[in-house]
Amino acid sequence: MKKISLDNQAASPLEPAVLEAMLPFFTEHYGNPSSGHELGNAPRKALEGARASVAGLINAEPREIIFTASASESNNLAIKGLLAANRSKGNHIISSSVEHFSVLNQLKTLEKEGFAVTLLPVDQYGLVNPVQLEQAITDKTILVSIQAANPEIGTIQPLDDLVKVAESKGVPFHTDAAAAAGWIEIDVKKTGVALLSLAGDQFYGPKGSAALYISQKTRIRPLIEGGIQERGLRAGTENVPALVGLGVAAKLASETMAQRVKAITLLRDQLKERLLENVPHLHLNGHPKQRLPHNLNLSVQFVEGEALLLRMNMAGIYVSSGSSCTSQALKSSHVLAAIGLPPELAQGSLLLSLGRQNNAEEVPYITEQLAAVADLLRRMSPLYHQYLKEVQNNA
Amino acid sequence: MPEYSDKVMDHFSNPRNIGEIGEADGMGEVGNPVCGDMMKFTIKVKDNRIEDVKYLTFGCGAAIAVSSMVSEMAKGKTLEEALKITNKQVAEELDGLPGNKLHCSNLGADALHKAIEDYMEKQGVKGENAS
Ligand code: FES
Repeated sequence: MKKISLDNQAASPLEPAVLEAMLPFFTEHYGNPSSGHELGNAPRKALEGARASVAGLINAEPREIIFTASASESNNLAIKGLLAANRSKGNHIISSSVEHFSVLNQLKTLEKEGFAVTLLPVDQYGLVNPVQLEQAITDKTILVSIQAANPEIGTIQPLDDLVKVAESKGVPFHTDAAAAAGWIEIDVKKTGVALLSLAGDQFYGPKGSAALYISQKTRIRPLIEGGIQERGLRAGTENVPALVGLGVAAKLASETMAQRVKAITLLRDQLKERLLENVPHLHLNGHPKQRLPHNLNLSVQFVEGEALLLRMNMAGIYVSSGSSCTSQALKSSHVLAAIGLPPELAQGSLLLSLGRQNNAEEVPYITEQLAAVADLLRRMSPLYHQYLKEVQNNA
Repeated sequence: MPEYSDKVMDHFSNPRNIGEIGEADGMGEVGNPVCGDMMKFTIKVKDNRIEDVKYLTFGCGAAIAVSSMVSEMAKGKTLEEALKITNKQVAEELDGLPGNKLHCSNLGADALHKAIEDYMEKQGVKGENAS
């Protein structure tokens, strides 16, 4: 049976060149970059090369890049680190209701510790309004943290406008660009963000490879103290192979972004159109245009997402869902709630994320399978039967 | 993906007795307060026995497997026997459910019991009218 992953934002296979570049650093160049002898030379040089490549992806200076092990870690270092260095300046943080849990859960903790947190609402597409940001800033605000793009519904925030507002009030801006980096042009110099988180596994680099951009004028405190790796901002021996992989992935993303985006947008739109044509009662979630090129979020009305996911899995197609039944905590997606999606539609949400292994030949099979699965589950859905009765009564 | 037993996957993949009985003798509908899902059971009763049982389910893989299993367990049973089917038995018949899916098994027996109670209530009313 064919196996098709439409869950590339969760995991995607490495670019072959990425893996190839990593391998020697497990064996031949196994040295520790901090060593004084020559075993440290090759890994140290490779690490600095990777730093330059990551900097290049977002138009930063290499010394403004700190390596971490995940975007979650980067988000924690950015927020907790900045607050620790700026505690005397205020106690108010502004973020949005659609952030990743690695931002939202920290904010909950910080609130318990005495910080005041404002979570800005979003509109039906998931956009934060810069005017609302401006109104929320007070003289106690010491940080604004708003994502560059939403990993679930793909909506790209008007980052330039949002940063401008914060800048005009002298408040540093952190953006979680984990879903966006590698897929949309990001220029930290032009945008003026103080801090930016990114992760290599989102653009064909290895898991466990990530970075935090810290602009030269921004001061933060480390979370992990110890040696002086990463300018003392993140102690611990560097995961050289993973970071070498991150560097190559960043370089490839910078060099080929235009082609990648063009190809994957075409494929995504083709899939979207075929699905909307062939599967009745589908709803598109997120912004119709201003969205990540590889992301498609649809709600299959009248059915529940885990059942959809399992059935698609039986057909060899891997998808994910924001349904409460798929979450360990049995809570449905906070992002879908924030855009005001009714609970039944949130239950039937499907996140389809494309990657380099997907191609146009898969589209008919995916369409055929989703149409069949939706039909089958609807036939046993009380909501669908109720809908049919209503249609009959109105006729 | 939750670790479902082969039995759960069997009932999920080939759910038995799907549907809604048109002229049902009893109907029971429950919503899952934990995750917001729904189950609706309809039954046909003859000589105090569940002659036919069908259901509609809006819910996860476990919820679908549970409703299918409940329908199989209830078919042919007397009303008293069917009322004794517990959520725990349903989960056991399915060779267990993952911990955070146990709440889905509550839906099945509850919806069936509601359908039986609905039938009994209607019978009660009829009985009174007759006397
Ligand atoms: S019906 Fe929602 S978790 Fe089972």
